[in-house]
Amino acid sequence: MKQITIIDYGSGNVLSAQKSFIKVAKENNIETKVIISNNLFEIKKSTHLVLPGQGSFSTCMNGLKKKPGLIDELYNFAIVRKKPFLGICVGMQMLASDSKENGYHKGLGWIEGTIKPLPNKNLKMPHMGWNIVKPLKESNLISTSMDYYFVHSYYFDCINKENKLAETQYGISFASIVAKENIYGVQFHPEKSSSQGLNLIKNFVS
Amino acid sequence: MVKVRIIPCLDVKDGRVVKGINFLDLVDAGDPVEQAKHYSENGADEICFLDISASLENRDTMINVVRKTAEEVFIPLTVGGGISSLDNIKSLLKAGADKISINSSAINNPNIIKKSSEYFGNQCIVVAVDAKKNKNDWFVYSHGGTINTGLFALDWIEKLQKLGAGEILLTSMDKDGTKSGFDLDLLAKVSKISKIPVIASGGVGKLHHFYDGVVKGKADALLAASVFHFNEISIKEVKDYLIKKDIKIRI
Repeated sequence: MKQITIIDYGSGNVLSAQKSFIKVAKENNIETKVIISNNLFEIKKSTHLVLPGQGSFSTCMNGLKKKPGLIDELYNFAIVRKKPFLGICVGMQMLASDSKENGYHKGLGWIEGTIKPLPNKNLKMPHMGWNIVKPLKESNLISTSMDYYFVHSYYFDCINKENKLAETQYGISFASIVAKENIYGVQFHPEKSSSQGLNLIKNFVS
Repeated sequence: MVKVRIIPCLDVKDGRVVKGINFLDLVDAGDPVEQAKHYSENGADEICFLDISASLENRDTMINVVRKTAEEVFIPLTVGGGISSLDNIKSLLKAGADKISINSSAINNPNIIKKSSEYFGNQCIVVAVDAKKNKNDWFVYSHGGTINTGLFALDWIEKLQKLGAGEILLTSMDKDGTKSGFDLDLLAKVSKISKIPVIASGGVGKLHHFYDGVVKGKADALLAASVFHFNEISIKEVKDYLIKKDIKIRI
């Protein structure tokens, strides 16, 4: 029996994420519990962790820091024990070393890179809507170019190109999926990206 | 590049879907969760619920509708209608809505745009603008299109962007329910001054109206109700038509 835990630290719409994982499990006969929690014991016994994130980078980082021991437990899960970890949107951005959103803020630093504002170039901001995610290398997560749903104004500028698993064009080409071993981060919202989003979730869980 | 979005809008009253012609003559057209699911499975890029319930108690019904929808529908969901406080917004987002559309209360209290976009992020704050032409100017109407606020639509749209709105849902009161196409003149003027996405609404009746909305009106998204609800045009037909015309949309 698997246990997928969606980390609860006061960030926005985590219900949709939970429902999408439940839907995927049901449709694919995957035996799993899907819980929303910040309980360190529940996190420890999970098989998969999902870190959602909405709002500003610093608000999200502060939300994580507020719960004593949470960041250490996440580190233990993803870096020490190398278990499957998925960051979504700002949850993906927090994997970076740091962010330049409204000042300078340190991130978790698990995947080297900096969060920077998308260049304006007369494009509407935030980058909102469906856009192509193009895989740059083979992975379990996605195999073909498809549209996924984005809402963001900042992007993950990877230092090591091998961490850039997929890219998307919006004024510039940016990393829409980052990956390092067992750790994945998606800039878009798979839980809002219809059947292809659910498929990505299935690939992460399987 | 980001794709043009096709958004079916469901008017919901006391937990049931209805749709008015020129905001009058409501006709029952079913269960909102089932309809949202149907649209999501048939190519909708987003779903919009507009709550037109008259009483406060029935607004709680909407929260349940949103919660049930979030269990079945995995595309973005916008909810509007009668939203007047940060608490309203919070409870809808918590129930699974992705964006909140504010209309009359933003006119009465523009500060709600600023406060809510700072608190929840501007990506989830849509401001709905109902505009009607009077001589050579468009004016903003509130309360379901019944009250002329005296505000010039273009001035208001400039202001709401400064306040932190994330998107504009622009409805032409003159065109709504007429099936004679979007008010392209209004739409083009609004798109020109908008640094945030503009959703065009009101008047769509034929396939080429969708095309005109994108090409002539420069809309980022197209919203329609009756043509979809009464099966006059399907979302797939709209998308097939737009693809043929070289418009970038999600397949």
